[in-house]
Amino acid sequence: MAERSDTEEVKLLGMWPSPFSRRIEIALTLKGVPYEFSEQDITNKSSLLLQLNPVYKMIPVLVHNGKPISESLVILEYIDDTWRNNPILPQDPCERATARFWAKLIDQQICVAAMKVVGKVGDERDAAVEATRDLLMFLEKELAGKDFFGGESLGFVDIVATLVAFWLMRTEDLLGVKVVPVELFPEIHRWVKNLLGNDVIKKCIPPEDEHLAYIRARMDKLNIKSA
Amino acid sequence: MADEVILLDFWPSMFGMRTRIALEEKNVKFDYREQDLWNKSPILLEMNPVHNKIPVLIHNGKPVCESLIQVEYIDEVWPGINPLLPSDPYQRAQAKFWGDYIDKKVYASARLTWGAKGEEQEAGKKEFIEILKTLESELGDKIYFGGETFGYVDIALIGFYSWFGAYEKFGNFSIEAECPKLIAWGKRCVERESVAKSLPDSEKIIKFVPELKKHFGIE
Repeated sequence: MAERSDTEEVKLLGMWPSPFSRRIEIALTLKGVPYEFSEQDITNKSSLLLQLNPVYKMIPVLVHNGKPISESLVILEYIDDTWRNNPILPQDPCERATARFWAKLIDQQICVAAMKVVGKVGDERDAAVEATRDLLMFLEKELAGKDFFGGESLGFVDIVATLVAFWLMRTEDLLGVKVVPVELFPEIHRWVKNLLGNDVIKKCIPPEDEHLAYIRARMDKLNIKSA
Repeated sequence: MADEVILLDFWPSMFGMRTRIALEEKNVKFDYREQDLWNKSPILLEMNPVHNKIPVLIHNGKPVCESLIQVEYIDEVWPGINPLLPSDPYQRAQAKFWGDYIDKKVYASARLTWGAKGEEQEAGKKEFIEILKTLESELGDKIYFGGETFGYVDIALIGFYSWFGAYEKFGNFSIEAECPKLIAWGKRCVERESVAKSLPDSEKIIKFVPELKKHFGIE
């Protein structure tokens, strides 16, 4: 492996309220990797963003020594492969496969179902709540007897699932729709408390007041009623 | 102790084909178990309780679900032969990016080429060709997506190649006319033993599509 120079350059193109951007910041911070953050405006995409992510034109994009990587789960694995301290994924291949499975479920299904909860009304919203809860039950069971998805410490699934803890669960408060009530999801609630006790998480998640104000403003713009 | 490897699969599945190819590349002996997706077996429901979908890889009793996750797992468990992913972290990330792109984009538009009619079908064909052209551009003049060696991205895409004849017939268009380099890549891949063993005949897929349409209640 080549000697890492002092001028190693790590840049993150992201957005402060994006769960996909924040998860990259968590990973870099966990590993003690210094980085330059570049706030992007996706309503007015910079030429840099279009150049570095021509396929999706989306954030986050990690740029390491001039070379771009896109898609947050791909970036997380790249970070784990490149900076080997404080590993995010487990060592055992079966456990790694399981972690990747849950991450995919969160991003491709839970996230989509949760967005429908916000975007729909009436019966369609009720159905979306039901669908989200069915999926979250798998995570609830996965947490039984563990402090984190990663076991005793934060791991890959915890980082990805911050989407549930600090985006879905903050939004539901504003919506006045209890998608993740403590009576149904005691393990998830216990896990969120564990996350909030972690210094890296506390440092890297969007500050609550500003975040809630942002979500509320977006809901107003989309004519979604807030509680 | 000998490894016990079982693959729950469905012969026309382009996702199952990925796992078959990966196992063949590694010379892993496995017990292939054909599944009836319209009458799901207890083992399928037990081993993939979240999605009830194939393929499911069962290694010494423990299930691994999702085809590209299985390919990576196979590469990690049997590293000594035919590496499927590059060892360089940046190259690995590029491979995973394109595998993920194929997963997100190809199936949905491809399905419209045979599963839809009229305007919806035309829109599907257009999008499908655009996606293939993006992939063709990524392939460039390389032998395989990874360069000189057959690997992860090739495995992610090649199963769809066995369906190209069906897309062309039912969609009434020519993929070769639009993406000749990709067709040439497909022909190179099927010369590989692991691929030849794992892909069904194009003709068999073509005969299967009307049956599939009936199952989905499509005319």
